[in-house]
Amino acid sequence: MSFAKKLIDFFTRKESAQVGGGVKAIEKQAAMGKLTARERITTLLDRDSFHEYDLFVEHKCQDFNMDKKKLPADGVITGTGTVYGYPVGIFAQDFTVAGGSLGLAHARKITKIMDHSVKLGIPLIGINDSGGARIQEGVNSLAGYGEIFYRNTLASGVIPQISVILGPCAGGAVYSPALTDFVFVVENISKMFITGPEVIKTVLGEEISMEDLGGARVQTEISGNAHFYAKSELECFDQIKKLITFIPWNNTKKAKPFPPKLPRPVIRIENIIPVEPYKPYDVRDVIKAVCDDSDFFEIQDRWASNIVIGFARINGETVGLVANQPLVLAGVLDVDSSDKAARFIRFCDAFHIPLITLVDLPGYLPGVDQEHAGVIRHGAKLLYAYSEATVPKITVILRKAYGGGYIAMCSRHLGADFVFAWPTAEIAVMGPEGAANIIFKAEIQSAENPDEMRKLKVQEYTEKFANPYIAAANGHVDAVINPEETRNYLIHAIKISENKSETRVKKKHGIPPF
Amino acid sequence: MQNEDRNIKLEVDDTRYETRATTKFLKRERYKVKDPGKITAIIPGLILKLLVKKDQIVTEGQPLLILEAMKMQNTVNSPLSGKISAIHVSEGQKVLKNHLLLEIVR
Repeated sequence: MSFAKKLIDFFTRKESAQVGGGVKAIEKQAAMGKLTARERITTLLDRDSFHEYDLFVEHKCQDFNMDKKKLPADGVITGTGTVYGYPVGIFAQDFTVAGGSLGLAHARKITKIMDHSVKLGIPLIGINDSGGARIQEGVNSLAGYGEIFYRNTLASGVIPQISVILGPCAGGAVYSPALTDFVFVVENISKMFITGPEVIKTVLGEEISMEDLGGARVQTEISGNAHFYAKSELECFDQIKKLITFIPWNNTKKAKPFPPKLPRPVIRIENIIPVEPYKPYDVRDVIKAVCDDSDFFEIQDRWASNIVIGFARINGETVGLVANQPLVLAGVLDVDSSDKAARFIRFCDAFHIPLITLVDLPGYLPGVDQEHAGVIRHGAKLLYAYSEATVPKITVILRKAYGGGYIAMCSRHLGADFVFAWPTAEIAVMGPEGAANIIFKAEIQSAENPDEMRKLKVQEYTEKFANPYIAAANGHVDAVINPEETRNYLIHAIKISENKSETRVKKKHGIPPF
Repeated sequence: MQNEDRNIKLEVDDTRYETRATTKFLKRERYKVKDPGKITAIIPGLILKLLVKKDQIVTEGQPLLILEAMKMQNTVNSPLSGKISAIHVSEGQKVLKNHLLLEIVR
């Protein structure tokens, strides 16, 4: 064969593999409002940065006439590329090829790019769009899933892992995204569930639509399985790109700093917080008042919104923020909010991202449902994650810090490096109302006018204990600061802890209450 | 749902906080004390066999019915001794979780 012929042969092979499931299948994909796997990769990555591997991989299944079936690229596209110049490994399942079903060759392409990404120390993005296991391949298909889950676990805390659900992701397949750090979903496109509506209907007689069972809204508002919700694939890609800029490439590096920017002067910090401890406000305004360009990248904003988590930059450096949200459920800790914050804290700790905690909470959510849902066990995750974290931990107490909530929200006692309090802080064993009702129970009951007496005693307790100065007198708070100075204190604290090192007793691993 | 519709007052340690409810919070169900004589399905499934009749006297631990679920035949035993006062299901019926199956009076 002449060189020219070999080239022509090569181009023919390449083209037929790259076309995926063919025109008809692609038209079907488009009709569902979905981009193709290849379009997704090229849209998400920097222009011309994608380099594909394993295009010519073929499956070896002989059963059920599969030996006569050629599946281009075996239904998954893998490679490396860049996002805003940051290197990433990527795979995208191709629904147009046998419904993106996962066989052993398909899985091995994925595990290969996973191994590659770990070795190269670059984040991995997985785009899921698959009908599930390739039934014809039987147990080999299950082996494929298992090998992926195993690697997800080993790569956890080594490289950031991002999952994008752009189609169905059902059955065992859901556990790969569940093991990764961030899951992105899109309205009307993403569907995640262990057993689909059909099975639920035949076995149990319960009728539910795919969207109501495991659509994008459900996964971001009810279950908390997904972190980011978008209305379109393009919006979703923008979210992924933004996330990539906040996180480091791997666990040996720090996130790349940006040029420092001042917060936008729209929000004046001293005007945000109402003096009455029972009045709500949006804690995100405090975050925006202290972070660079007032740019706060919130994570899981639709689920357990009584706690706010996300990334921002302070003087150019990436920080992770955890803040009670008085706007929602008074900012109480509960099963979901503890779970949400704990996982985020572990991500930040694994990837050298300093933690800033903003405290304003009345305590834990009272209720039978909470107790029976295991608020003790789930709440413990938060204490564990904070205590275990060795990244710089900076806490600012804005207003209420009562009881167990005070301890849990990265108090000095859980190893905070810096604890600052605003003059509005109320650091006490419980709220003045509750405390007065217990301590002065006898006086209140025996008083001529119990209501008057209660008011008096609440006031007495408030004046004496509902402030930051007792905690400051005991060294539990390092400095009471003017709210205006918050950003300066944070900048200094982050800078001064740059070389923080904390040695712990050597162990194989801890046993977090998960 | 509009944010205004979510405005609630939440009481923690005798203080009433003005705040907003989450969807999950609004959907939560009030806790009800369970009557041990009301036997409900702990798992969705099919009533394969009824082993007792109405007005029959049963003793604690006695098998009441077989509930087939997830391809397993589960025997539902009586949690107390008493008389079967009502049977709400028949053989071959599919039931959802928490469906009231039968009632026993001490």
